[in-house]
This record gives sequence, C-alpha cells and structure tokens, in this order.
Amino acid sequence: MSSKKIRVVVAKPGLDGHDRGAKVVCRALRDAGMEVIYTGLRRTPEEIVNSAIQEDADLIGLSILSGAHPILFPKIIKLLQEKGAGDIPVIAGGIIPERDIPKMKKVGIREIFLPGTSTQDIVSWIRENIPGTEKK
Amino acid sequence: MAKRKPKAASLEASYEKWKKTKYSRAETDACLPKKAFTTVSGRRIKELYTPADISGFDYLRDLNYPGEYPFTRGVHPTMYRSRLWTMRQFSGFGTAEDTNRRYKYLLSHGQTGLSVAFHLPTLMGIDSDNPLAKGEIGKCGVAIDTLADMEILFKGIPLDKITTSMTINAPAAVLWAMYIAVAEKRGISPKVISGTIQNDILKEYIAQKTFIFPPRPSMKLIVDTFEYGAKEVPRWNTISISGYHIREAGATAVQELAFTLRDGIEYVEWALERGLELDDFAPRLSFFFNSHNDFFEEIAKFRAARRIWARVMRDRFGSKSPRSWWLRFHSQTSGVSLMAQQPYNNIVRVAIQALAAVLGGTQSLHTNSLDETYALPSEEAVTIALRTQQIIAHESGLPNSIDPLGGAYFVEALTREMEKEASDYIKKIDDMGGMVKAIELGFPQREIADSAYWYQRAVDKKEKIIVGVNAFEMKHEPIPILCIDDAVARQQLARLKDVRSSRNQARVKRSLAELKKAAADDLNLMPYFLDCVKTYASLGEIMDSLKEIYGDYQEPIMF
Repeated sequence: MSSKKIRVVVAKPGLDGHDRGAKVVCRALRDAGMEVIYTGLRRTPEEIVNSAIQEDADLIGLSILSGAHPILFPKIIKLLQEKGAGDIPVIAGGIIPERDIPKMKKVGIREIFLPGTSTQDIVSWIRENIPGTEKK
Repeated sequence: MAKRKPKAASLEASYEKWKKTKYSRAETDACLPKKAFTTVSGRRIKELYTPADISGFDYLRDLNYPGEYPFTRGVHPTMYRSRLWTMRQFSGFGTAEDTNRRYKYLLSHGQTGLSVAFHLPTLMGIDSDNPLAKGEIGKCGVAIDTLADMEILFKGIPLDKITTSMTINAPAAVLWAMYIAVAEKRGISPKVISGTIQNDILKEYIAQKTFIFPPRPSMKLIVDTFEYGAKEVPRWNTISISGYHIREAGATAVQELAFTLRDGIEYVEWALERGLELDDFAPRLSFFFNSHNDFFEEIAKFRAARRIWARVMRDRFGSKSPRSWWLRFHSQTSGVSLMAQQPYNNIVRVAIQALAAVLGGTQSLHTNSLDETYALPSEEAVTIALRTQQIIAHESGLPNSIDPLGGAYFVEALTREMEKEASDYIKKIDDMGGMVKAIELGFPQREIADSAYWYQRAVDKKEKIIVGVNAFEMKHEPIPILCIDDAVARQQLARLKDVRSSRNQARVKRSLAELKKAAADDLNLMPYFLDCVKTYASLGEIMDSLKEIYGDYQEPIMF
C-alpha cells in the first residue's frame, strides 16, 4: 500500500476559464510524485464524479473562480455519495470568500486552499491526510 | 560618428573599472548576499545603467517626439496635458438594474467612461435558463440574455456622449449588435456612438479560455465586425487586442508583449485576406495591456509596444496612414498580484501599477479594487480604486510632462531589450505559420504554463517575496465583501421567461433561420445579428444557431 502512487483528479467545475492555478497545482503534485489527471475546463458535476470513479482517484481537487461553488460543490459531494464513491476526499481552491468556507466544509469539502497558498502546503496536506500515500 | 565610438568604448572601460574597484568591493565589504536581481518576469537587471547600455541610441529614430513615428513617447503630441487618460472601471454584477445603478454611481463620482463586465453565461453565449448557468447568474458580471436586458443596462445613460467598452469575446458581435440596437431605438445614429468591444478571440484560446467556436470561424466573425464597423459604426473600436489575460495566465512581460502584438498581426492578415483596405480598419484596432508590479519593466513594455507596432504597420504591412501606426491601449492593474492576505495592502500595489501605466502613456485605465481576491468589488473598494487614479491625475504632477522617463539609461535599455526579445518571439510564430497555427500547436499555451510554474516555484522557494504571503505574515480580520444573493437569479429568470413569451415567435424563428443561412453562405453576419437581437431572440438562441454551422471547440488538455 505504502508504495502506491496517489492518484489525483484535478477538475474545473463552473464556467470560468481561469486555469492558471489548476495547472500549476497539477504540475506541483506531479513533481511531488503523484499521478495527476486533469479534466480540463468547464466540467459538470456529473463529468467530474464519473471521471474520479473511472480513474480510481484517491483525491479530487476542484478549482473554481466563478463564484458558483455554493451550488456546484454540494452537488459534486452529493453525486459522489449517490454513486457509492463518498469515500473519495475532495479538496478545493480558487476564489472562495472566507465566510463560505465553514459552509463548504460542512457539506463535505475536506480542505480549502485560498490564493497565496504554497504548492508545498497542498502537497504536505495530501501526504498527511490521504491514507495510502507514499509514507516513507 | 568618428568621435562617438572611442567615447562609448572609454565609457565601457570606466564602467568596468568602477564596477571592479568600487561596486564589487563595496558588495564584498557589506557582505551582500550573492543573489540574482531579477524582475517579476525573471529578467536580470544590472546594478547600474549608463550611456554604454544604449550605445547607438538615436533620439529621432528610436524615440522622436510624442505623436511622431515610432511613437515611443506617446501617440498624441499633447498627451495628458490636453486630456487625461479615461478612467474606466470595469464593472458589472447582478441584474441589469443593479449594474445600471453602479454605472450611474461611478459616473457621478467622476468616472469618464463605462466598461461592462458580463456574467459567465453571457461570455459563454448561453442563456440564464440553461442548466449550465446554475449558480453563475450575475456572479462575475451582469446577466444579459436579450435586448430587453441591454435596454435596462443603459437606461438614462447618454450613449451619444459616453464611450462604452464591453469585455466580450466569443459572442462579441451579438452584444455589439444589442448596443447598436439600443442606440437606434433611442434615435442615436450608429455613426456617433463610440466605444470598444474586446472581440479578441486569439487570447481566449491562449489564455482566458472563453471560446465557443473553433479558431477559424471565430476569426471570420471578427473580420465581419471590422468590415461592418469601418462602414457603419466608424467611431467604434472593433477590437481590443489583449495582453491582459495572457499576463494573468502567467506569461512574462515579454511574452505578454510578443503574443499580443503577434495576435494583432494575425488579425490584420485575416482582414487583408478578406480584401479589406488596411488603412480603413487599422485605425480602429486598439490594445489592452496588464500593468503589473515590476515598475520599470512595465513602463518599458508599454513604450516598446508602441514602437514595435508602428514599425509593423508601416514597414511590414506598408500602411500609408499614420493613424494606423498608433498603438492606443487600455490598461488594467494586475489581478493576480492582489493578495487575499492583508487585503488593504492591495491599495498600494494598485497605486504602483497605475503609476506605471500612466508613465507608460496609457489611453485609459482600470484600477483594481482591494477586495477582488474574494469577490466582485464593493462600492467602497471601487471608490478607493477610482480615487487612486484621481490622486495620480491631480496630485502627483505626473501628467505635466510627457514620457518623463524617456532618455533614462535604464528605461531605454529595457525598452530596447524587450523590443528585441518580443521581435524574436514574433519571428518564431511567423515561422510556425502564424498565431492560429501556433495555438493549434499549443505553443503560446505551453510557454505561459511554463512561466506560471516557474513563478510559483520562485514564490514557494521565497526567491520572490510577496508581502503578507511568504513574508511579513499576520492574521487579518475579514473584510466586507459584495454578495450576490439568489434574488438576482430569480429576477433574471423571470424576465427572460417574460421576454420569451411576449415576443413575436415567428419573427424570432425567421431571423434565426436567416442568420444560419447567411453563416452557411459565408456572408458578413453583422446585419443578421442586428435583425435577430431586434426580435428579442436571446443570445443563447443566436449562438446555438451558429454552433450548428460552426461546431464548438474543445481545447487540447495539457498542464
């Protein structure tokens, strides 16, 4: 188990095309030895959940800057549960007002990374919190 | 000439001597860390610039006077002494009523032009009642589905007196048609209205990613607007060729400069291919740049942009009209440079960036608000942003003298360096077969992603310091931010439903069918868009009709 590479599906829900952050995080996770599957832009909750299940993801990372997270995040979590994949943890980043964070965590988003987060902090969070990652 | 050479050589020698005996010794004595001094784009900067760094400099050839070729010092002979830059805050949120109120607020507080931010469904050419729009209505801009929304948006605003910029790309021709239709309904001739549509699809594929159709039909639509505008709406800037989003996506200053100008060349080439007369459309081409943190590099970038474009238009394309040689540009301070941590510091960042834009000779300016890493700006935040421009304009003394940094060794050397590097990139893209080809190959996208990653790593390693983020950190209290409540979506959906049920359906259907036929026959679509919007056909209906002819575009996925 401990040598298995962690598989992360990085997805962009919502209509915005701001993919700088998602792409930088993809590269940083890959450079940290993870397997990264990037879905591309404007994925619906259904597409994201299907892709996470198909890819046997250990983690889903969502990036959104459009402000539609209050609708889309809960929908993604609900779909995961409906499809029996509620155990795949979900983290998120982007433009998310601080007052929305408690609500999003209550819905089931494990962690939210705001602008200014070091990619190293994301990598460390994953190593500490996702079981089965490469613990040396 | 014979005299100048030994002088430059002796200068270089004396500089080397100074560096060896004084500077390096002082550096060693002071135990200065051996760090690389670089710009935010990673450009190495020397400890000192002297006349040796601009050897061969020729005032009339390289700078000349403001308003004179190659316009390095500015496109107008009087610059800000006769007219300040236009203070144009990009804004839009909620419903057309909400945004109309914000426009009136901004105009009453001294803003001098309007700039419309549309919500994402409009940018993507879908209606508010499309399932994909759920959660997005009125969030990132104002919701516009039909002409009815546009009429409310500009209610009570004198379209014959104010200029309006609209940030809209894939569906730009349709939104422009709505604006023209609103003016016509009020008895204002399209000949007198003035403003800008961004209408720059190339940078969408490169950076911002709000594309709908594949590149080639998208280019056709843009050339349609050039052709129509030159004849029917002569005071309108039919494109704003934008580096802003390229930079925001992670490009360096030179990449921003090069890709933007190469996009400009691509538009000119496509328009010439259509058979348009160069000097008929070229004066209406306008540009839009980012004003980022690295003060001198940004100023040099703006100056280099003017010089390169003048040379491209005159020498590469053989333009005869000096009006076509002008690179006129809007600028906006850098969104990505704003930080969520200690957000009031953003006011200072914006002020520095705004200074660079003004020293670079911008024609209009948007200053970002301190709260934009969280949400669209609150009224208080946007007021501070506007006041920042007014303080620069009226208190700093900056507008008094034109291009005040012209002739500074450092600034001229940087301007020259950036011109050279951008020209190399332009050549490289020429060799690939142009920008559409380069985009299809993923070239600019990859260059930008590489730069973005380089920068993030530099920040993570603290080679680049961001105050409040990787240094000088402290806790801050949450700031008040603008909230778009759910009533906005309900209101917008109700109005759209109302419009759909009260319009003449047969007319709508007919206009959409005619549009489709015109697209299939490859006609100029502007008159057809005008017919469609006047029947209150929705943006989504219009774009869906075109998708049947043009298809849609999925970009290659890479990171």
